[in-house]
Amino acid sequence: MNDDRKLLKALLGPEGPELTCEQCFEELDRYVELELAGADADAEVPGMQAHLEGCPACHEDHESLKTLAGRDI
Amino acid sequence: MASVTVGPMEAQIAPSFADADSDAWVAALRAPGPAREAASARLHELLLRAARFEVNRRRVALPHLRGDDFDDLALQSADDALMAILAKLDSFRGESRFTTWAYKFALLEAAVKLRKRAWQGREVPLKPETWELFAAERSSPQGRAERGELLGELQVAIDGELTPHQREVLVALAINGVPIDVLAERLNTTRGALYKTLHDARRKLRAHIAGKGMALESASEEEGR
Repeated sequence: MNDDRKLLKALLGPEGPELTCEQCFEELDRYVELELAGADADAEVPGMQAHLEGCPACHEDHESLKTLAGRDI
Repeated sequence: MASVTVGPMEAQIAPSFADADSDAWVAALRAPGPAREAASARLHELLLRAARFEVNRRRVALPHLRGDDFDDLALQSADDALMAILAKLDSFRGESRFTTWAYKFALLEAAVKLRKRAWQGREVPLKPETWELFAAERSSPQGRAERGELLGELQVAIDGELTPHQREVLVALAINGVPIDVLAERLNTTRGALYKTLHDARRKLRAHIAGKGMALESASEEEGR
């Protein structure tokens, strides 16, 4: 993605409903384990994917938890 | 981070990951006396491992810190995470393994501390002069005419339709890449409150662009997926 696209994505954010940062944190462990189990995490936790696209900090937290929890399986 | 009521989502029936190991963790942490102390010590070891994992992921972005600084950050993160977990133990719903639930506290503590340390002593750009950065992005040689037109219209909306606070938050987070935890600390507010402001600002920008009959998704996302 070039600079213009990154900027547009950052300015406009995700389309549609999304969780808040607090809701994201509350649901993050469940969402990650659904992902690791191969379940439809996005259907089970509506709004999570959109929030992870729109919030860089929560996106990073998700990546870290998914990697770390994945090592325990 | 403050907890919130998730609302309708709590009514959904999700697959349960409750297991004997998770039950044992919770029981031990609720036990009286030495059993609880032993469980807390084991949990601290687990949290320290998670915090070190996060520190190691991010240490390349902090070349000015020494090994001892990273060790201190990890230890402090594990300490703070342990306190948070013990205070919120009743909120563990068994919808994930206890260890995964616990990890997220340590990872959050470490990530927030590391983001703040990375911006320690740096000015957080909020002011109108940052529009020069925006203009520079807009005139990027890779930019296509369609996106340039869209960005130009967005600048009109940012100048004319956002409140001063929304404009500051959007400039800092979306244009200047200030981490949300850093901005929250500088503005004496919370990550959640800032994200709500960013969300509202983005909705105004989307509405403005839609009102102009301009396409959003094709310009911003076609190569991003």
